[in-house]
Amino acid sequence: MNGKPMKDPLELLDIASVLTDEEREIQATVARFLADRVRPHIGEWFENAHFARELAPELGKLGVLGMHLEGYGCAGTNAVSYGLACLELEAADSGFRSFVSVQGSLSMFSIWKWGSQEQKQEWLPRLAAGEAIGCFGLTEPDFGSNPSGMRTRAVRDGDDWILNGSKMWITNGGIADVATVWAQTEHGIRGFLVPRGTQGFTTRDIKQKMSLRASITSELYFDNVRLPESARLPLAEGLRGPLSCLNEARFGILFGAVGAARDCIQAAIEYADSRVQFDKPISSFQLTQKKLADMSLSLGNAALLALHLGRLKDQHRIRPEQISVGKLNNVREAIAIARECRTILGANGISLEYSPLRHANNLESVLTYEGTSEMHTLIVGQAITGQVAFR
Amino acid sequence: MNIVVLVKQVPDTGAERTLSQTDHTLDREDADLVLDEINERAAEAALILKETTDAHITVVSMGPDSAREAIRKVLAMGADRGIHICDDRLRGADVLTTAKVLAAAVRTVEDVDLVLAGNTTTDGQASAVPAIVAELLGLPQLTHVRQLTVDAGQVSAERETDNGEATLQAPLPALVSITEKINEPRYPSFKGIMAAKKKPVHTPDLDDLFPDADDSGLLVTRTRVVEAVPRPPRAAGIRITDDGSAGRHLVEYLIARKLV
Amino acid sequence: MPDVLVLVDHDGEHVYKSTYELLAAARRLGDPAAVVVGTPGTAGRFKESLARHGATSVYAAESGEAGEFLATPTVDALELAVRDASPAAVLVCATTDGREAAGRLAARLDAGLLIDAVDLDSSGVVTQIVFGGSYTVRSEVTHGTPVLALRPGAVEPEEHPVTAVERTLALPSVDPAASARITARRTGLAGDRPALNEATVVVSGGRGVGGAQGFEVVEELADALGGAVGASRAAVDAGYYPHQFQVGQTGKSVSPQLYIALGISGAIQHLAGMQTSKTIVAVNKDPEAPIFGLADCGVVGDLFAVAPQLTEGVAARRAVR
Repeated sequence: MNGKPMKDPLELLDIASVLTDEEREIQATVARFLADRVRPHIGEWFENAHFARELAPELGKLGVLGMHLEGYGCAGTNAVSYGLACLELEAADSGFRSFVSVQGSLSMFSIWKWGSQEQKQEWLPRLAAGEAIGCFGLTEPDFGSNPSGMRTRAVRDGDDWILNGSKMWITNGGIADVATVWAQTEHGIRGFLVPRGTQGFTTRDIKQKMSLRASITSELYFDNVRLPESARLPLAEGLRGPLSCLNEARFGILFGAVGAARDCIQAAIEYADSRVQFDKPISSFQLTQKKLADMSLSLGNAALLALHLGRLKDQHRIRPEQISVGKLNNVREAIAIARECRTILGANGISLEYSPLRHANNLESVLTYEGTSEMHTLIVGQAITGQVAFR
Repeated sequence: MNIVVLVKQVPDTGAERTLSQTDHTLDREDADLVLDEINERAAEAALILKETTDAHITVVSMGPDSAREAIRKVLAMGADRGIHICDDRLRGADVLTTAKVLAAAVRTVEDVDLVLAGNTTTDGQASAVPAIVAELLGLPQLTHVRQLTVDAGQVSAERETDNGEATLQAPLPALVSITEKINEPRYPSFKGIMAAKKKPVHTPDLDDLFPDADDSGLLVTRTRVVEAVPRPPRAAGIRITDDGSAGRHLVEYLIARKLV
Repeated sequence: MPDVLVLVDHDGEHVYKSTYELLAAARRLGDPAAVVVGTPGTAGRFKESLARHGATSVYAAESGEAGEFLATPTVDALELAVRDASPAAVLVCATTDGREAAGRLAARLDAGLLIDAVDLDSSGVVTQIVFGGSYTVRSEVTHGTPVLALRPGAVEPEEHPVTAVERTLALPSVDPAASARITARRTGLAGDRPALNEATVVVSGGRGVGGAQGFEVVEELADALGGAVGASRAAVDAGYYPHQFQVGQTGKSVSPQLYIALGISGAIQHLAGMQTSKTIVAVNKDPEAPIFGLADCGVVGDLFAVAPQLTEGVAARRAVR
């Protein structure tokens, strides 16, 4: 007896049943927005390396930007809702989700957590509305996994600071109205808000990317940039400042990866149902079924892991190594799923008309940024053994 | 200004819709039920008015338990409260009974200035309920409008139907039904979604809405389904090779299928 | 034989063809009694053609303000006619106006209402097609005077000349607080075509259209049918038509009553967006085109020869209304 194929592979484990009505509504609203405004164009945007900046205010109206923060025009949702929004965003495109992660979890969170009242008032409402765009300058050309070695320096000059250095692989860099920049100072790492147009602050967009093409990635240059003391994030001292922001973003990413994987599997199921070879749909062949079954198992595990971590975060109990478990597992599983789904689509799978290879390409970046798999493995390893093994 | 928006939860047109084998009513067990999309536009029209005037918006829906979700959706968009009429005896209610129940619910709202509805539902597609509700409430009907203005106690609207276009005018209170051309509905914001669960939804007793009626009066069945047969799935059709007259053959074909 | 009321659809000068369809249907149930609502003199102009199509009586419901208010004069007239004739049924055309008049009448009479019938038999059982064509339903009224709205084109009109008796109905004056005033009127569909996802008819062009210019043929057919224009992805990618009209997996999904595919091969991605259409007609030069596996009526031929001929035939048919 042949039935209908599953529309959403997450239905296999009835994932939706463990969500509240509100969480489901939020997820559905984001999904609908993306279906209307992003999905029809995303293949074209990826091909043309176009970021749809005009959607930022619309995302702001929905409440997506900084959605889990309280006050200043933010929606104040719970962490699971934030995760689900990231899931849907990444199901559409990782580059698009990267924009939201950087805006909300890196730029806005850095100001919300470590900024002065004036800085919050000045920037957060505009960033939440999508009227201003933010970016986060931590990574440097020579310092990725090891941010403590950063070369960008801020030196006191009277009441001011002079900032010199460069940052690399900065999402939103070229279009940001304000950059949260982390720099080495005499007393350790500090954070600074550098508005676009500040003398000596320039950006250059990175071209020829094979990944995250629907998102802006840039280099930031600081050439004797003079900043007042009021530009410094007063509460951020040491690496704790930027790393706390990274953990916020990683949380969204571990959900996002589930979305990308789900989208790939959905594409594969639909394709396998309609593609006929040897007189029957390829979904009726055992090897195809094994691929779909194994991937759906993995997807379910990743989703349950994400939800568990979301609940822990909402109880304010989550620990950094737990987020590392989530990012490590979910992103590497997602990239494997994306690649496998591409094979189910055969030659058609190399076309941007279908999503898996675009997701697979995007996930290469997601695998690397916000902590490589190697780094997250060692974070978990340290938690388990008590031994530090980074060097 | 007091605005009432009438909404309905219907099976998702994208999914398969079935009639129950036993009583030929819509099978809601298997159906994916959603707020009928046109209702979002009616809600949007109300919300646009609320942006420029002091307005209070009540959402009214008749339907089983699940219809509550449809009401919540409109509350999430920005409406203020809901009225949900839910009673097993209303299962399979026809167009006239539905209109009577909705009209009775509207009467419980004080000083109604404007009743807004979608022009047709995607399941029943009768396109008659709004006009009947207007009749029962003694309100002017401005139906199938694609543009609407409310000013100084008057409503004027541009109507567009298969019969042509017309400009309508009426004093408030009035009933307006809108077409899909009227606006693009807003997405509910997250703040709206979270606020919706605190907004009140009243579930009046059917007996309270119709204190004088007995079941045989209000709920009388006026029509009966004699037979409901699923149509056969798509089979390979006719093939014609054009010899210069295929276009004319197609005209005949369409006429025979009552498509022209 | 009992009377069967028929609401006459007209524009003041001409009776619409749909009225003659209703008269033919009414004859299956009894003696057709046509109800003409309009300004003074209208019924007199129509009496002859109504009688020629079987109307044994013609009710004149006339007043100066009959055309000035939406729906109410028609409902008033039908109610008066029902109370006068005690008919076996009331038939109206299932146009927008007709459905509303029928609904309001049913409310006043507490009568049974059946809308969008595609057939009517002599025992009063109507046939309807529901849920986008998935079910054929036969229903009857069990309470009160049956008020039935028939789909235009459902029944063939027939000439059946009889002598018609004239009757007058005194329309009450309309309460302006309870009725919308019509301050301007434009007949015929002007302006935009229906939206793709709402249209009952969609005519789509594919790569076979060959260029943006060629899409005029597609548009003309769509306009003749009162439908929306769609385009396959191939046509959109080639720049023949704008992206928002794309039908298919990566475009819009449509489910109209009638889908006409011109020069579309029927790639699976396109079919995914239109395969639930009730009736599919395809025109393509290539006899092996996959779309023919799905079409209810497939024409192997040049769309530039077939479509204009079809457009002409449709326009001619509609002009008779």
